[in-house]
Amino acid sequence: MSLRKYNPVLMPMLSSLLILGIWFGIGSLIEQSRITKDGYSREDAVGSRKVVLPLPNEVLQAIVDERHDLFRAARNTFSAALLGFLAAVTIGYSVSMLFASSHLLKQTAYPWILVLQMTPVIILAPIIAIWIGPGLIATSMITFLIGFFPVIANSTQGLISTDKKLLSLFAICNARKSQEIMFLRVPYSMPYFLTGMKIAGTLAPIGAITGDIFVGTSTSGGAGLGFMTLSYISSAKIPALFATATIACIIGFIFVGGVNLIHWLALKNWHDSIAKTDT
Amino acid sequence: MPSQVSAKSAFVQIQSLGMSFENGSPVLEDINLDIEEDEFVTLIGPSGCGKSTLLRILSGLISSYRGSVTLSGRNPSDAGEDSFSVFQDPTLLPWLRVQANVELPLKLKGVPKEQRQKKANEMIELVGLEDAKRKFPWQLSGGMAMRVSIARALTTSPKILLMDEPFGALDEMKRDRLNEDLLTIRNKDPFTCFYVTHSVAEALFLSTKVVVLSTNPGRIETIIEVPFSYPRQAALRERPEFLELLAKTTHALRARNQT
Repeated sequence: MSLRKYNPVLMPMLSSLLILGIWFGIGSLIEQSRITKDGYSREDAVGSRKVVLPLPNEVLQAIVDERHDLFRAARNTFSAALLGFLAAVTIGYSVSMLFASSHLLKQTAYPWILVLQMTPVIILAPIIAIWIGPGLIATSMITFLIGFFPVIANSTQGLISTDKKLLSLFAICNARKSQEIMFLRVPYSMPYFLTGMKIAGTLAPIGAITGDIFVGTSTSGGAGLGFMTLSYISSAKIPALFATATIACIIGFIFVGGVNLIHWLALKNWHDSIAKTDT
Repeated sequence: MPSQVSAKSAFVQIQSLGMSFENGSPVLEDINLDIEEDEFVTLIGPSGCGKSTLLRILSGLISSYRGSVTLSGRNPSDAGEDSFSVFQDPTLLPWLRVQANVELPLKLKGVPKEQRQKKANEMIELVGLEDAKRKFPWQLSGGMAMRVSIARALTTSPKILLMDEPFGALDEMKRDRLNEDLLTIRNKDPFTCFYVTHSVAEALFLSTKVVVLSTNPGRIETIIEVPFSYPRQAALRERPEFLELLAKTTHALRARNQT
C-alpha cells in the first residue's frame, strides 16, 4: 500500500508534530540563550521566554485561566460575526434582486456600493462607533460592511447571466415574470450566491474581531476577542494573547465549515454546477 | 391585413413572410406555405437559410417579421397554448429531477399537482424513461435528455410541435431509434410537426413534406411530397423507392448549393 492512501490523516498529523517540535525547540533555545548569554537563572529565563513565545501547554493553561473572559468574548464575537453575516447574505441578495430587475437602478447605485467597498473598514469603524455607539450592533455592522459586497457582486452576476435557452423555454411556456424569477432566475443564481456567501462567511469572524478592536467595549460584558486582544497586550499577558488567537481560529473554522456545508448541501444534487463555481 | 381567417384557410398558413436582422440583412424572404393538420413538415437547407428563424417565428419567440403567419387562425404569439418547442439542446433545468422537468410547463400553467403528475408519468412512459424519473439531468445521456425534452413538450398536448434539430448532437444509431420512436408516439396521439434537420434521410423518413430552403436570403426552393404512408417501420430506410427518393433529393440539394 502506498503512503498516498494515508495522506488526508497522516500528513496533517505529521506536520502538527513537526510544528510542535519546532515550537518547543525554539522555546528551549531562547531559554538556553538567556541562561548562557545573559546569565539568567532558570526561573527568570522561563519567565523571559514566556513573554516572547509561550509554549503550547502554557497557551492551554491560559485558556483555562482566562476561560470566563475568553468565552464571553468568544460568544460576543461569534454573535457579531453571525449577525453581520446573516445581514450581509439577506440584504446582499435582496439588493442583487433589485439590481437584476432594474438596469437603471444598478447603474445608479452600483458605483456607490463600490465606493463603500473600497473605503477601508478600519477607517469606517471609528465613524460607526461615533454614530451608533460601541457594542454588538456596531461590530455586526462592520462585519456586514465587509461581507455584503461579495454576496451582491456574485448574486447579481448569477441573476443576470441566466441561460438564454432556459429563458426561451419559459417564454414559450408563457410564464409570468414572477414565475420566471421564482422558478428560473433564483435557482439559477444559487451557485453564484453560494460562492458569495462562502466569501462572506470566511470574512465574517475577521470582520467581527477587527471591528471589535475599534468599537468593542468592556461595559456590561460586551467585549469581544478584539477588545480582549488590546486588553491582554496592555497587561502583557502574552500566553492569553495566544489563547485569544486560538479561540479566534476555532471560530473561523466553525464559520468556514458551516458555509461550506451549506454550499455542499444546496448543490450536491447538480454536481456539474459545483464543478463550475468551485475555485 | 385582415385578422379574420376564412374557414377554408390551412391549419398553418404562412403568407409572404419576410424577416430581416436588426442590421437590415434579410434572413427570410417571400415564404408561402400552407400546412394541413397532422402533417409532418421538415425544413432543410444549408446553414444560414433561416430554418431555425422560421421555427422561432412559428413558436412566437420572434415577432418582428413581415407578412402573415397563422396557427389555426391565430398569431404565433397568441397560439402559445397550441404549440410547443423542442430545442437543439435538451434545455432542462439542472436542479430539477426528470419528473419535475417534465411537469414544468404544466406547473407554470397552474395545473394542480396530482393532475400534472399523472400527465407527466404518462409522457415519461411514452418516451420510455420510467427508470430515470428520479434522476437529475447531469445523470442522463444525450439521448435520454432529449427524450425528457420531448416528454416535457408532449405534456401540454400541443397541436403543433416545433422541433429544431432535436437529435443533431446524437450519433446515427441513436438518432434513427429516436426517429422511429417519435413516429410511434405521433401515431398514438397525432400532432402537426415542424422539424428542422440537416439530414436528408432523416427528413424523408419522418415527413409528409420536405421544404427545401435556399440561402441568402432564405427562400423556399422546392417542396418535396413524401409518398410513404404511416406507420413507417425502420425497414423503410432500405426500401428501393426510399433510396431512390433519397438520391434524387440529395442530388437536387447539391446542385442548388453549388451555384
